[in-house]
Amino acid sequence: MADPGAALEIWGVTKRFGSFTAVDDLDLTIPRGEFFALLGPSGCGKTTTLRMVAGLEKPTAGLLSIEGRDVTGVPPHRRPVNTVFQSYALFPHLTIAENVAFGLRRKREKEIDTRVAEALELVELGGMAQRRPSQLSGGQQQRVALARAIVNRPAVLLLDEPLGALDLKLRRQMQLELKRIQTEVGITFVHVTHDQEEAMTMADGVAVMNKGRIEQMGAPEHLYELPRTAFVANFLGQSNLVRGNVVEVRSDGAVGVDVGGNRVLVRADRARDTEGAVLVGVRPEKITMLVDGQESSPGQNVLGPGVVTDVSFTGVSTQYQVDVPGVGVFGVFAQNLVGAATVALGATVRLAWSARFTFGVDGDEDVREGTVDVDCEP
Amino acid sequence: MSLIAGLGGGAPTQVAPPRENRSRAYRPLLAPGLVYLVLFFVVPVGSLLAMSLYVKTPGGDLGDYSPAFRWQNYVDAVVNFYPQILRSFGFAAIATVACLAIGYPIAYAIAVRARNLPLVQNMLLILVVAPFFTSFILRTIAWKMILADEGWVVAALHWLQVLPEGGRLTATPFAVICGLTYNFLPFMILPIYAGLGRLDPRLLEAGADLYATPFTCFRKVTLPLSMPGVVGGTLLVSIPAAGDYVNAVLLGNNTNTAMIGQVIDQRFFRILDYPTAASLSVILMVAILLLVSLYIRRAGTEDLL
Repeated sequence: MADPGAALEIWGVTKRFGSFTAVDDLDLTIPRGEFFALLGPSGCGKTTTLRMVAGLEKPTAGLLSIEGRDVTGVPPHRRPVNTVFQSYALFPHLTIAENVAFGLRRKREKEIDTRVAEALELVELGGMAQRRPSQLSGGQQQRVALARAIVNRPAVLLLDEPLGALDLKLRRQMQLELKRIQTEVGITFVHVTHDQEEAMTMADGVAVMNKGRIEQMGAPEHLYELPRTAFVANFLGQSNLVRGNVVEVRSDGAVGVDVGGNRVLVRADRARDTEGAVLVGVRPEKITMLVDGQESSPGQNVLGPGVVTDVSFTGVSTQYQVDVPGVGVFGVFAQNLVGAATVALGATVRLAWSARFTFGVDGDEDVREGTVDVDCEP
Repeated sequence: MSLIAGLGGGAPTQVAPPRENRSRAYRPLLAPGLVYLVLFFVVPVGSLLAMSLYVKTPGGDLGDYSPAFRWQNYVDAVVNFYPQILRSFGFAAIATVACLAIGYPIAYAIAVRARNLPLVQNMLLILVVAPFFTSFILRTIAWKMILADEGWVVAALHWLQVLPEGGRLTATPFAVICGLTYNFLPFMILPIYAGLGRLDPRLLEAGADLYATPFTCFRKVTLPLSMPGVVGGTLLVSIPAAGDYVNAVLLGNNTNTAMIGQVIDQRFFRILDYPTAASLSVILMVAILLLVSLYIRRAGTEDLL
């Protein structure tokens, strides 16, 4: 049952708090040396999953194994994992060096001083060894928390929203830093976050969690290009999702969907269902706007006409809102290639995108599922 | 000051406000306290110091003394009463250790174990404070009854043969120390409870995550972080216990349990030997100040001051 190549395996793990199911029959295998992200909105069970791996919560059902060894009933202090806590949880009564040495001393390791110095060097805090946590900035404390965990060379390093308390600029910087450190030490990282950009920037593999279950798992680019549920489509980046009905399955492997009187093609392997009501989706940056008599290219889906109801220039791109009567409002991102917005507010346009970028998800789902404002996270 | 830091809710790292805000505006706010302290502390201590050097008026009545600088009063006081002085500090030390041994687990249970049960927490805290609702003297007299020769405690101890035939509990050092421990226990529990209540449970999770067993977590995280409360509690217990005389009077005898407070009381109110009583008071005060400052220095809790 145990896979020797896996750093962490989770089999059918469920966690209930009273009548609330935080984690629901979760299966997950994380290969050795991977930077893995558990992504989801608050309350989706990602932190509970992490705490069960650390041993800080007991699963209601299921099994956990680390490097092929069953650890389900093992107390936290005997698990080969270390955690970087969201609050950092640095010991205020100990110096930075003593904080970092804490785990090594418990394991009675040798050459503690050297290893502590190396770990502090790795997070670029060599000169801070004799300070107290309260004398450090938030970003520095975060690095100490990382050094304190990494110095023990755990089989799996768990990071619980480690960048959540940092301001945006520092967060971006630490994302790169974390990735560098992970590559350098080669330890398996399991990173819990609600920030989809953070997950995509750093992780080799991402599991998107919702309501205690994994919605979809895979490489970031794969998840982005082919979301399998409305939740993933909306939570990971932005999506235009509209309702339609499958009207034909063509011999070339494409599915024809009727969307408000327009025929949209979805490749069968990109469609969750090939019959009945479906949701058809496309990413905003994949859409181009056709004005007046502009013709679409072959192989493109075309919708419209619609009216441009909003134009916002963001520098890198211009974001448009296009209301297509009978279908819905579409977001369109146009890269800023000419120095200004190319389509005026109120213009009538048609929307076109390559059929191979279209994806189809379950028609029973809510179009707005997963469109949470991630900045509202406490 | 130290005790407030031990009890209060403030973090030890309080940043001083900017200079301009620390102008003289605070002075009027100090006035009531200053007046009070001058009237009821500085003046009495001054007169106590003066009185400690007085001499008996030649040919005067009982309790008639004249101003002088008789330093010999101090020498006499120490020579005559050093057993009681030493006993006071000995009893206070034992009572403090007993309070710590009994109080720390109680404070830990209330603050840490009952952390998620606010109702239980409040009930237990009320139980800790409840004795204050009745008079200190009354409760000490109650202890006298509990420990009395014909009481069930003594009977039980006789039956268990812990106490020898004819052995008793009242009028023994044991009874006095029991009384001290009982009366000052809440002063140990409350500061430790306050300290442990501020302890972030996530630090214990971090400890467990870093391979520390529950016991090591307690030793390396909980205990050091509760030290300000322990220091505050030991001071709040040992200082008044050293000067206490009610327990010695009510639960002790007059020979091998007499504490310095009892001697001062007798000198002042029975024998009317004011200079000796005053010099003993000064000695007690100076000794406590010295011991406390030594203790705080040893405890290494500069944050407390």
